[in-house]
Amino acid sequence: MSGGFSLSRVLALMVKEFIQMRRDRLTFAMIIGIPIIQLVLFGYAINLDPKRLPTLIVAGDGGPASRAIVAAMEASGYFSVAPGLATEAEANEALIDGSASYVITLPPGFERDLVRGSRPQLLVEADATDPAATSNALGALPQILSSALKRELTGPLAAEASVPSAVDLVIQRRYNPEGITAYNIVPGLLGTILTMTTILMTALALTREIERGTMENLMATPATPFEIMIGKIVPYIGFGLVQVSVILVCAQILFHVPMMGSFVVLLAVTFLFIGCNVTLGYTFSTIARNQMQAMQMTFFWFLPSILLSGFMFPFRGMPEWAQLIGSALPITHYIRSVRGIMLKGSGPADLTGEMWPLAAFWLAAGAIALFRYRRTLD
Amino acid sequence: MAPDRSEDVVIDIHGLTKRFGDKTVVDDVSLDVRRGEIVGFLGPNGSGKTTTIRMICGLLRPDAGSGTCLGLDIRKDANRIKRLVGYMTQRFSYYEDLTIRENLDFVARIYALPDRAAVVKRTLERLGLYGRRDQLAGSLSGGWKQRLALAASVMHQPRLLLLDEPTAGVDPQARREFWDEIHTLAEDGLTVLVSTHYMDEAERCHRIIYIAYGKIVAGGTVEEVIESSGLSTIIVSGRDVGTIAKIVRDRPGVEQVAPFGNDLHVVGPDPAALRAAVDAALAETGSDAVASAGQTNLEDVFIRLMQTAQAGDLPANGRPTATERSP
Ligand SMILES: Nc1ncnc2c1ncn2[C@@H]1O[C@H](COP(=O)(O)OP(=O)(O)OP(=O)(O)O)[C@@H](O)[C@H]1O
Ligand SMILES: [Mg+2]
Repeated sequence: MSGGFSLSRVLALMVKEFIQMRRDRLTFAMIIGIPIIQLVLFGYAINLDPKRLPTLIVAGDGGPASRAIVAAMEASGYFSVAPGLATEAEANEALIDGSASYVITLPPGFERDLVRGSRPQLLVEADATDPAATSNALGALPQILSSALKRELTGPLAAEASVPSAVDLVIQRRYNPEGITAYNIVPGLLGTILTMTTILMTALALTREIERGTMENLMATPATPFEIMIGKIVPYIGFGLVQVSVILVCAQILFHVPMMGSFVVLLAVTFLFIGCNVTLGYTFSTIARNQMQAMQMTFFWFLPSILLSGFMFPFRGMPEWAQLIGSALPITHYIRSVRGIMLKGSGPADLTGEMWPLAAFWLAAGAIALFRYRRTLD
Repeated sequence: MAPDRSEDVVIDIHGLTKRFGDKTVVDDVSLDVRRGEIVGFLGPNGSGKTTTIRMICGLLRPDAGSGTCLGLDIRKDANRIKRLVGYMTQRFSYYEDLTIRENLDFVARIYALPDRAAVVKRTLERLGLYGRRDQLAGSLSGGWKQRLALAASVMHQPRLLLLDEPTAGVDPQARREFWDEIHTLAEDGLTVLVSTHYMDEAERCHRIIYIAYGKIVAGGTVEEVIESSGLSTIIVSGRDVGTIAKIVRDRPGVEQVAPFGNDLHVVGPDPAALRAAVDAALAETGSDAVASAGQTNLEDVFIRLMQTAQAGDLPANGRPTATERSP
């Protein structure tokens, strides 16, 4: 009887939270304002020059020229070429799941055609969902190839070592053919804005009650820690979903970001992600002693979230340890999922690798919050 | 006496102790409160009243001691106790950014009250706040906040009401209405433990408990407490009481001197010594003021209790027992 879950009590808390949220005009304005401002700032202004992105080679036959090309690409710093050769199918899969950013395909007979001077094709496929990550590298590619070929081609062919004449360089920007930065920025922003606002809102949830003295009253009611948690996080999940709508509508109006996948899948992933955030925020508020501390904890979390999630810097271009930290952050999986859904049309099957970490994180955060919740004023 | 005794004991705690750091704030407190009793909880600032009340309703974990509240263990059954208890905090702790009605709605939902809208409406009307129901609670005056908090804390019809200075800052008329209501509720079987600093409110209780420095130092009906203090009072009235006060204050046998308008209350433990001191002072000033035997009041007793507790000289028989006194 005493441990029973009461819908009425949860409802009481949720209604209260909604009213308080609505009445807090400034916060409400920020919720709509922050996404729009960030969207414009990031979407138009930010450009980055990332290095060492994972690259796969698909080659019909190996030879001195292909080796020279690979070496030159490595030397440029833009590409990190995986050892060995990949099949076409493997390469394609790697591009979809993001483990490769580039695939270089040397058709069969490349070496022979090169020496003959019959301009073999060199196909470069780039994952352009994040154009910032790929555009500079692609821009540098002709130069890199020229210098590699110059060393290989001697004698009469040396004169033809420049790219347009020696090889037929074909570049395919996959998923975002025009290389529009906003396409990539939008999923990233969706993640960062939600991280920022939803964690902060719930991080203040309990500390505010403590600071205003209302916690004593709440504790004296029969509401259980679990009910209080649900009552506190559910309104903010709704709130996060409103924000997502704002961002998506703006993204559509301002940047015409395509939507290749399904809205339902996007909604499901977003729900999981917001769930992670609000529960994490709530966990913060069970640990923090006051609103200031809760805010500091939120910012502390926010930093790695923008730096290590693949939002600022391409994930595969980061050092191992940074990738490890990044993998533990919900936002990393969320950004990948959203990019996948919006730009590549990924479905649930493609996203299981991103969804289960989110679900696990959510559960863990909830468990910690319940464990940390102080049932008394001691 | 009711046949089933356990039904009748609402608060039954023994040796309750609470420490914050190395400071013992509540020290070996035992209480025994019966159904329908209104018990006044008095004591100087920082004496541990709020802390004791919080332990009874499960908001603080006692460091020592045990007991039951409404037959439920205060350590193990805190959550069930919370359903049956109405607690009004000393500091206003409803939501200032919610309107009056929204606050009451919240409480009604939290306790899953049937027919919520009607209950809230009735409460608002009884409070006289129906016309202002959509005003933010934060914009209410201090006294009105108290009245709102009280109304909210009885809405779920608790069986025990714990009130922590419920009438601080409330005007006399509202206080009287409040006490009338408390008595009506008590007649229906509600038990009330109420902390207060007002003497007139103490007199409206069936029984009072006085706590100082975390220890219960006196208890019983108002008359019993006054009587057991052994103090007597002489009232001096007339002109020049100010001068007389200065002189009589340092005389042996005089413990307290307090002016009340044109009167002067002189209090001491020994009636003969007190009379002698007052007579001497009157003679010395040549005043024509009149000295007559007066009734020692509760305030005099409390000031004495406070001073003796401060000196570390606690009466051994300070603990009240319920068997001696029922309402
Ligand atoms: N959370 C706490 N941490 C440390 N000390 C505390 C805490 N709560 C109360 N105290 C101390 O315990 C003592 C008793 O406080 P309490 O609030 O119970 O007194 P009170 O009798 O209600 O006083 P008042 O009449 O002023 O309301 C005080 O000295 C106070 O400083
Ligand atoms: Mg107090």
